[in-house]
Amino acid sequence: MHLSREELAIARGDRGLPAKVLFEQQMAVGEFFGAERFVPVSHVHLCADYEVMGDAGAAMIAELADGGARLCVSATGSAGCLAGDLDERFAPSAHLLAREGEVQQNLRRLGVLSVGTCSPAQNVYVPRFGEHLAWGDTGAVAFANAVLGARSNFESGPAALAAALTGRTPAYGFHLDRHRAATLHVHVMAEVHDVADWGALGALVGLRAGGYSCVPYFEFDEAQPTADDLKQLAAALACYGSIAMFHVAGVTPEAHLHHEALASLPHEEVSESDVVSYLESYGPSVGGVDLVVFGAPHLSLAEMETLVRLLEGRRVAATCTVLVSTSVMQRAAAQSAGILDALHGAGVNVLTGTNWYNTEIGALRERLGWSRVVTNSAQLANAVGAQGYKAVLIATHACVEAAVRGRFA
Amino acid sequence: MYRAARAWGPCVEGCALVVPLAFSPRYDLDRANGTFARIGHPCYGESIAGCILVCPGVQGGVAGGWALLAMKARGIGFAGLVFGSVNPVMVQGAIAAEIPVLAGIDARIFDEVSTGMTLLVDPSDGSVLVLS
Repeated sequence: MHLSREELAIARGDRGLPAKVLFEQQMAVGEFFGAERFVPVSHVHLCADYEVMGDAGAAMIAELADGGARLCVSATGSAGCLAGDLDERFAPSAHLLAREGEVQQNLRRLGVLSVGTCSPAQNVYVPRFGEHLAWGDTGAVAFANAVLGARSNFESGPAALAAALTGRTPAYGFHLDRHRAATLHVHVMAEVHDVADWGALGALVGLRAGGYSCVPYFEFDEAQPTADDLKQLAAALACYGSIAMFHVAGVTPEAHLHHEALASLPHEEVSESDVVSYLESYGPSVGGVDLVVFGAPHLSLAEMETLVRLLEGRRVAATCTVLVSTSVMQRAAAQSAGILDALHGAGVNVLTGTNWYNTEIGALRERLGWSRVVTNSAQLANAVGAQGYKAVLIATHACVEAAVRGRFA
Repeated sequence: MYRAARAWGPCVEGCALVVPLAFSPRYDLDRANGTFARIGHPCYGESIAGCILVCPGVQGGVAGGWALLAMKARGIGFAGLVFGSVNPVMVQGAIAAEIPVLAGIDARIFDEVSTGMTLLVDPSDGSVLVLS
């Protein structure tokens, strides 16, 4: 790789041992993917919670903080394990909470802004078109690349931390024009309305044709997606197919650059029955409902408002727990707008700054006797399987009705 | 012998764990015990400890980066990773955890190698050799 004068200094250790060690890891990643140079980044979004990093990651962060390492780029932290105003019944273990508290404290010593969101573009940093980032939430990366025209690869926790310390990342993948071109033409004939439909569409395409080099170009017979719809599409493409970039005809900012090449691309079609079959593949909507979860990615103010509207002043069933995950910022907005009170009044629990699946949900399942989660989030449905849960993936209004009745109709 | 397009890390010998589906530590594993825990997964219940993962692809989920390091430190992690297609998360995580990783492996490996075979993975030339 070609190194600038500043990068040679980092490699020599002039910016300290931590930056040198992490820069060597960045070099190895860059060489693996054939990067010829580094690119400066203007913002880092970092996944760093104890539930996933364990003692080894916590020790690494503590060592960096104790050694006086400081970030040279603004960095925000993703959703962790600590939830603001969390009902004690749903809390993770005291051990996890204590260790997560230490991790977050050390991240703050490094200079990471603890904002606890997995949707940074809706909350803390809206990158401009063409801006280079090192973001660590996969769905957020796909959203930033596709919807905003920013440029980032998936940067896992250690890699994002390295970028924050060195101020750069290897220039491969979606930092480069040639990897942002469409590789797959997807004609969507299905009517896609609810976020569950958008998630199902992302899951279908991710499973059929996924891979990090896959860049779908979506053409819809009929669709006017909101930013929240695209957030769900991005998250599902990323989590089911490891897809980090896509285009939507007439919607996303780089789509017009690739329209002429469509005829030469592989072609996929997604019909109404494909979407319905996919939703149904998660399990039947029958029987009692004791757990409904909204929020992966974090809900926006508009999505929380939608829940209040669908609740129509009703309370959720006494036998059903309803959890909403959102960010600190969206919670504050919801509080200001009266949405939070309405949700609490309906018996909905709002988790702030975490994703529910970060909170030792396997232990919760055993403690509370839960076995199935009803959700409108394809990402959440994918994430809970390894924790012993079955998922039912259905539209938002159906989730709300199930929560109010405590059973499926 | 099978060749990969890209490789990193030290040479390692270990038992193959062939996974037919795209892999994600968060979506597939009980990361506390190092076992496949996803309901309905074809490798459900199998331990990853000391194994060389042989897998055609990956799912998203940024958790993989830390998870590889955390599981290795607990003594329940992979000895090596051999992928068809890969994403940056797996490579960044493997490098941080100092686990050898190969990508773009000859697709014949998925038909010809089965779980339990002993493999020698040599990232210096991107090769995988079946020892027994």
